[in-house]
Amino acid sequence: MARTDRIAEPWGTRTPYGPGETWPTRVDSHLADGLTADDVDRWVPSATILHSNGDGLDIAVKDGRIVGVRGRAEDRVNHGRLDPKDLYGWQANHSPDRLTRPLIRRGGELVETDWDTAMDAVAGRCRELLDEQGPSAIGFYTSGQLFLEEYYTLGLIAHGGIGTNHVDGNTRLCTATAAAALKETFASDGQPGSYTDVDHCDVIALFGHNVAETQSVLWTRVLDRLAGPHPPQVVCVDPRETPVARAATVHLAPRPGTNVVLMNALLHEVIGNGWVDREYVDAHTVGFAELEERVRDYPPEVAEEVCDVPAAQVREAARVLGTAERLLSTVLQGFYQSHQATAAAVQVNNLNLVRGMLGKPGCGILQMNGQPTAENTREAGADGDLAGFRNWSNDAQVADLARVWHLDPFSIPHHSPPTHAMQMFRHAEEGSLRFLYVTATNPAVSLPELGRIRSILAQERLFLVVQDLFLTETAQLADVVLPAATWGEKTGTFTNVDRTVHLSEKAVDPPGEARADLDVLIDFARRLDLRDRDGAPLVTWSDPEGAFEGWKECSRGRPCDYSGLSYAKLRERNGIQWPVTEDAPEGTERLYVDGRFFADPDHCESYGRDLVTGAPLEETEYRALNPHGRAVLKAAEYVPPHELPSQEFPFQLVTGRTIYQFHTRTKTGRAPQLQAAAPEVWVEMSASDAADRGWGEGDLLEVCTPRGRVEARLRVSGIRPGVVFLPFHYGYWDAPDAQERGRAANELTPTDWDPVSKQPIFKTAAAAVSRLAASDGTPSPAPTTTASRPVAADVPPTRGGETALAEETVGGAR
Amino acid sequence: MKLGLAIEELHRSEDHLGKVLLAVSDRHQADHEVFHVARDVAAWSLRHVTELARIGRDFGLDLDPEPDGEPGLLERLQQATSDLLGRRPEPGLLLLADLRHVHREAAGVSLDWELLAQAAQGARKRDLFDLARRCHPDTLRQMRWANAKLKESATQALVS
Repeated sequence: MARTDRIAEPWGTRTPYGPGETWPTRVDSHLADGLTADDVDRWVPSATILHSNGDGLDIAVKDGRIVGVRGRAEDRVNHGRLDPKDLYGWQANHSPDRLTRPLIRRGGELVETDWDTAMDAVAGRCRELLDEQGPSAIGFYTSGQLFLEEYYTLGLIAHGGIGTNHVDGNTRLCTATAAAALKETFASDGQPGSYTDVDHCDVIALFGHNVAETQSVLWTRVLDRLAGPHPPQVVCVDPRETPVARAATVHLAPRPGTNVVLMNALLHEVIGNGWVDREYVDAHTVGFAELEERVRDYPPEVAEEVCDVPAAQVREAARVLGTAERLLSTVLQGFYQSHQATAAAVQVNNLNLVRGMLGKPGCGILQMNGQPTAENTREAGADGDLAGFRNWSNDAQVADLARVWHLDPFSIPHHSPPTHAMQMFRHAEEGSLRFLYVTATNPAVSLPELGRIRSILAQERLFLVVQDLFLTETAQLADVVLPAATWGEKTGTFTNVDRTVHLSEKAVDPPGEARADLDVLIDFARRLDLRDRDGAPLVTWSDPEGAFEGWKECSRGRPCDYSGLSYAKLRERNGIQWPVTEDAPEGTERLYVDGRFFADPDHCESYGRDLVTGAPLEETEYRALNPHGRAVLKAAEYVPPHELPSQEFPFQLVTGRTIYQFHTRTKTGRAPQLQAAAPEVWVEMSASDAADRGWGEGDLLEVCTPRGRVEARLRVSGIRPGVVFLPFHYGYWDAPDAQERGRAANELTPTDWDPVSKQPIFKTAAAAVSRLAASDGTPSPAPTTTASRPVAADVPPTRGGETALAEETVGGAR
Repeated sequence: MKLGLAIEELHRSEDHLGKVLLAVSDRHQADHEVFHVARDVAAWSLRHVTELARIGRDFGLDLDPEPDGEPGLLERLQQATSDLLGRRPEPGLLLLADLRHVHREAAGVSLDWELLAQAAQGARKRDLFDLARRCHPDTLRQMRWANAKLKESATQALVS
């Protein structure tokens, strides 16, 4: 057993392995100061909640308190390993500033009240607006961090009970394009690949995916392959010099906003060189001729001009991709939060399809998620989809949902796609959406153009309900604040990127009067007196297991089929991949084996959209295009970004994240080791841009766009020249005076989104940068261990010290 | 042969559609998707205009490849006003009317392309036929966009 500073070494100790071998175990754990495993009263099974990887762990409980965590060696996802956020983040549960009582606005101030008063106010205002205006006045904005049972109940209440179309999650900001890209290609959501594809692949291609910081345990798996015999080649597309870029065989750093040109050029080369599995393409896809014609205009020289990537590098990357024998492709925010997000992400699907590399070990696609339970928001219908990946424009499927819910199909809104988050805020802005119920998310820091968002949320005519753990920046604007229980304080299931379902058990009681989100939602439904077509209560369950059983029936026969799962089964073996059915009782490792898809016109979730305008295809168009339910190859022409650099705003601004923080730091900012590792906003710039201006490490800069300004200290990093980077984690809850000078990166971002996935664009704002003061020797607060690594050697390295020592046991039992 | 007439008419109607799309964009700056997508697809019409002017020369026509498209004072004023009006619900109804107008204009342009394609085929003018084959799908996409956006926007605008 070794003790490792996991702030200094985020990925821990290497356990090398070769292709086709089983990834060795390494059990990571961290307990409160002075405690050992012998002191722990109980170990309670759960999974990780501060990223989307879904690593199995046990929560250590002593004297009714959480005192630490330990990875589960037998879990298929992590084989015992944990991300630094999980090793230290549990401490946030005990923060003294947790909300413990409901709050209500009285005379302009939020004051403590009891649950009955708070819930009567919430349900009362909702009912009042339903009577006055109808369901179009009511909206729900949820999260990627609740549990499946809660999303399903929320979707039922909103779509089925209230009948509003306005339901979305903050998953719109992180994973909407993953779902959209899968719907375009496979006509249904559902992740094709499996994490075990890392064990088998000979090439892994990461498109805008800094996996080292976003899913660090998955990166550990890749690092262990890279350290073993016959390592895979790595292709990386990223404008920053990320840990992935440093490990890459080929690193392409395109100009922001040009991903579609780069992808079209890569496909141009793959097709032009005949690296195409014709047999697979002919048998299992439609649209190859159109794809071929579309990419004909994008030779590598065009990419060189538009993306500023040498044509030779594009050719080299295409050769690695084109000659791979087992290709694993992954995609994340660098594509999803960019201009033409879906069109770029779809080209990655196309790449694996034309190469015939899908549904076999090592041959997979992972359209990644950003949050732990984002997958559930999508499948349970709390994010702008209908429950069970049902197609809103297919009347038979809506009728089937109505059957499950005992409702008249007419009462489930399906006249148009469910309203996406950005449009809901627009409706609130123009005054037609007057009740917004926000659960477990912080739009006042995470949405683009914060000045606008704050002014929308602060409107008197908008009744704002916020259900959260802390008095977040958003909660401060609310009319009613409801204190919620969190991970470890309630029971429920959640599903990670590769469809692995974990049961997370309640380990301790929530603080004060805080309640599980599920209990609050059920109470809300009861107070609204929501009923089914026979007059019986609409929500028939009163606990998580009941909700899970309801969801199982709703999912039966759909791609995300949970009908063969149960709490009992997950207690026996936690971490099972859906679909789980009578035919596949132990789960399903890979979707789309043998080129069989869920794309049949009668069963598919989506008929697709125009990749430039976002207009949905009509059923008749889809039937003509794809009568036999094959995978759809489609591609788009390049459209330039809407905000281009100018003389006044010469830089391109990219926002993003660091391994040590999650979202708006509501939890990680309250875990001392994590907060100390990345304590304050910083700005990254390339060495050449800094040298041109005579600026250096630690200088205080001002970053401006037409929408706002942010002050941050300069980290001279390996980022692409012409681009500046700001992490988006830093708001105002722990620095209330900072609003004046600007601390949140989203003060600067534009209100603009991909018309297909409706995911906002965080990667292509035009920005001006100036220096406010030279450094007095203080370096930038950016971590040195990650993509923000300094180019200069004299910056003190990021260390966690004594309190960050975590245990690692290599090769434990599995 | 009246091919020249058909090209001239299409040049006029595409130019008009492009300007309508830009005007709609200007009027709905606070509806960000409409603002941006209307501009993106207006670019298709402007490209068609340029191509029609170029091919028009083969038929003895002198058409402007880039009719004045820059926003004038009036349009800039509209942008500013639409931003200020962003807090009022009436623009929702104006948007429906505008999208309906775009759809009708695009439908007219689509028919003009049909006419041109038929004529080009009859007269064995391959270049002209290829131009129609290339451009007409863009017009259909503009129409479908207006239709879809109308459908999507109608409910909230009409029932709230």
